[in-house]
Amino acid sequence: MNLKFDRLTIILYLILVLFGWVNIYAACYNESHAVIWDLSQQHGKQLLWIGITLVLAIVVLYIEPRFFSQGSYIIYGLVLLLLVATLFIGTATKGGLSWINIGSFKLQPSEFAKFATALAVAKYMSGLDVDIHKRNVQLTVLALIGIPMGLVLLQHDTGSALVFLCFFIPLYREGLSPALFVIGVAAIVLFVLALLINQYLLMGIVLLCCLFYLFVWLSKRSRRHYLHTAGVLAACCLFIFSVDFAFEHVLEPHQQSRIYVLLGKTDDIKQAGYNVHQSKIAIGSGGVTGKGFLKGTITKANFVPEQETDFIFCTVGEEWGFIGSTLLIGLYVALLVHLISMAERQRSTFARFYGYSVASILFIHLLINVGMVLGLLPVIGIPLPFFSYGGSSLLAFSIMLFVFIRQDAERNLLL
Amino acid sequence: MSKQYSDRNLGVKILFISVGVIFVVRLLVLQIFSSEYRELADMQALRHRTQYPARGLVYDRNGKLLVYNEIVYDLMVIPRMVAGLDTAYFCQQVGISREDFIAQMDKAKKYSHYAPSLFMKQVTKAEYARWQNQLYRFKGFYVQQRTLRIYEKPIAAHVLGYVGEVNDNDLQRDSYYQRGDYIGRSGLEKSYEELLRGRKGVKVMQVDVHNREIGSYQDGKFDSLPVEGSNLYTTLDADLQEYAEKIMANKRGCVVAIEPATGEVLALVSAPAYDPNLLVGNARGANYKKLSNDIAKPLFNRALQAQYPPGSIFKVAQAMTALNIGAVTPSTGFPCDKSVIGCHNHPAARSVQEAIKMSCNPYFYFTYKRVIQQGHEKNIYKDSQYGLTMWRDYMLRFGFGQRLDIDLPNVSSGMIPDTAYYNRWYGKDRWAFSTIYSNSIGQGEVLVVPLQMANLACIVANRGYYITPHLVRFHGPDSTRNDAFCQRHETGIRKDYFDIAVHGMYDVVHAPGGTGHRADVPGIDVCGKTGTAENKGADHSVFVSFAPMDNPRIAVAVYVENAAGGGGTWAAPISGLLIEKYLKGEVQRKDVERQYMEAAPCQKLPLAHKVKNKKKRR
Repeated sequence: MNLKFDRLTIILYLILVLFGWVNIYAACYNESHAVIWDLSQQHGKQLLWIGITLVLAIVVLYIEPRFFSQGSYIIYGLVLLLLVATLFIGTATKGGLSWINIGSFKLQPSEFAKFATALAVAKYMSGLDVDIHKRNVQLTVLALIGIPMGLVLLQHDTGSALVFLCFFIPLYREGLSPALFVIGVAAIVLFVLALLINQYLLMGIVLLCCLFYLFVWLSKRSRRHYLHTAGVLAACCLFIFSVDFAFEHVLEPHQQSRIYVLLGKTDDIKQAGYNVHQSKIAIGSGGVTGKGFLKGTITKANFVPEQETDFIFCTVGEEWGFIGSTLLIGLYVALLVHLISMAERQRSTFARFYGYSVASILFIHLLINVGMVLGLLPVIGIPLPFFSYGGSSLLAFSIMLFVFIRQDAERNLLL
Repeated sequence: MSKQYSDRNLGVKILFISVGVIFVVRLLVLQIFSSEYRELADMQALRHRTQYPARGLVYDRNGKLLVYNEIVYDLMVIPRMVAGLDTAYFCQQVGISREDFIAQMDKAKKYSHYAPSLFMKQVTKAEYARWQNQLYRFKGFYVQQRTLRIYEKPIAAHVLGYVGEVNDNDLQRDSYYQRGDYIGRSGLEKSYEELLRGRKGVKVMQVDVHNREIGSYQDGKFDSLPVEGSNLYTTLDADLQEYAEKIMANKRGCVVAIEPATGEVLALVSAPAYDPNLLVGNARGANYKKLSNDIAKPLFNRALQAQYPPGSIFKVAQAMTALNIGAVTPSTGFPCDKSVIGCHNHPAARSVQEAIKMSCNPYFYFTYKRVIQQGHEKNIYKDSQYGLTMWRDYMLRFGFGQRLDIDLPNVSSGMIPDTAYYNRWYGKDRWAFSTIYSNSIGQGEVLVVPLQMANLACIVANRGYYITPHLVRFHGPDSTRNDAFCQRHETGIRKDYFDIAVHGMYDVVHAPGGTGHRADVPGIDVCGKTGTAENKGADHSVFVSFAPMDNPRIAVAVYVENAAGGGGTWAAPISGLLIEKYLKGEVQRKDVERQYMEAAPCQKLPLAHKVKNKKKRR
């Protein structure tokens, strides 16, 4: 059997992992532990994880792809069990309850849940006669995604739960109406506006938009148009009224303050806004070329909390500057676009859907993580794939990616 | 179905790329278009630690140390870091009361919980040694080294000056200074500030989020080493200075002694003086207040700042001027006509030399008349203007009426009136010799600074020129000299006229009928000129002198305020003692020494206001 693994993907992956490790080394560098394989230090541990991950990745490349496609429901079930178990035997860290201790290692099942869900939904979608336009198919898919998402949400890991929304992208590719996407975006816009401006003013604006649509935009108006527009208007008003309530009662206080900080309603750089403020200082002070490897003053002085995990991008911004940061974002975007191209060339629905899922999961992580570090999105703690410190996430992302690389190599053998 | 929606991949790719573009634009804004973040980063992550250089030392002409530095310790506190402190034990060890502790702590907290505040100022080495080994128990406290000026002997306060903390003006004027720095406030400390202070160094340290220093920034790339201040090698003779201060201790007045050939100031005393160590350290504020409230004005440097009527010593310059412009010849005689101006009893002077010896007032009245009214113009007023202008020009050549460029701050210029001055006072063409003749004997409008009096003695000793008096011979590691202090200032008066002055001044001390016999030192040819300056209190006693007659090594001016008796009574014998001390190293005439050291001739302050300026503007 002569398999052709996609080289570009593997090279991009290796560059990201190595550059990530370099930045973890810089973030937790101290002179007394400069040795790179010092296992008492995070950079040493990460090096060990990279080693383990690469071995497993190679193993994955030589496992029959059927193992994953056939076993996807089993993997999905096992991960669901782990998620449930976490709720009972998990250790709480930083408000979350998402870790299981196995010996001296800590496992984060939520990192693997995305992978398992991608497999399960891909498997379901590849079934004969499965049409996303059918109501029962939609409900099944919703359940497959919603169950792990709900379990993660129960662990108070909002960030990881949000990641499950990315499955909209592969479903869209399979034919799901983009209306859902439009409604989602509209909801977010209305939510933000409702927090920023007076709700009656906002309703007035929506009303004006509706009137504009009806009497200026449309040349011919039927009764149906009036009814639909009235429905949209009523839904918007209801939504706007509920925003305040939802914000106060559904979101937790730290989430509220993070959103307020982002919207500029509070300017508290000592507490809620501290992370983002420091993160902006670190990145902003990098300038065009950066301060140089190990020369980041903010990085070295631990001003940014979670610098080696969620805020690792700060180190890139400070030490490698605009050039380094842009290059890194370019690498990610190249990988994502390339993965979509790869997915598109798959012959099986399973492989295509799975490829889209992989790209989408990586994309939403990039979006939320970098958006947060750059102060564009509220602080939501999720790792930057392949980059942030942490064994579970590195392992989960890598296996997820390499399963797809294996699927891709297989494509010519299928009819 | 798979082909049906395959064009949707384009939309997904566009979504991915647009998010990437948004991020890059955001990076562009953060990293390139806004500079505030760089400043914020440096502000919070870097600490500039100033490295203070040691201030330059000051030596006397014989290499004796006059001023040096002593290390003291400022006890600092960071309120936030204070933890588990046994307050009672701390107070007992450091030696403060509980109330003071609470007050200082509150003050520090009010300033900042995180930044260091001064807790206790200038703890001496000895005190610090007592609790140094306990410091580790006082978390949040640390000491910072500082240097204090220490004066080896309690002398020359007016010359050395003092240093003080910089104020807002200094900070605005010179960006070198930072709050809390010291700056020379007076004396040599002020005029040589830029040499003495050296150059501060800086060490850029990185601090972490807890404000702990975690190492130097970029391996010291931006650090600079402090440059030590330059040492000053002064012209002062510490022994002579000390001796002169001892003599002047219970008097008011001043002493200026200069080496004529070089212009080097050997001693400069203003009495009452004060111990320069009073204006150092913690007690400074209180002491300064006390000194500045003292009615005898110890902070006022009489030798440089006071402007006195010179009295008869002025006659030497008058004689030289008159000879040089041909108003008199060496053998011109004038009767001692007391009807024109008062005088003491003595035979008529038959020559310039005798006139100087006997200090005959009418003689100089007539001489000055010939200088002012030369007959150059028909109109007596115009003639007087012509004469006064020429006379004033000569006076300036003697260094009068202008600030001598000595290397000390705040020097007065004295006063030599010009035509404009009298025109303003009396009106144009409303004054002539008869209005201004008091100048001839060093009264009237003329005012002279004691430094200028000593300089006059130098000019006679040098037979016609002076070198600007100065206090620093050379400075720094390369022994740099100031060229201005090697330059001769010529009077342009013939040398043989000065020989007449020298002999006249010799006679003052040695010849029968001379007014300054008490300046005589056995074995030394002292030349001098007495002066008695009238003023609102008792007369000032003045004496200028130099010795030996040939190749003079010292010129002295002594001014004793409100001392009953003329120049010959007090200033002359004091000059003699100073000359003896300097030339012989030791004063052998112990009885004379004791007599004048113990004497306190100055009229008590405050002076009764009696109007005695009867000769003024008559």
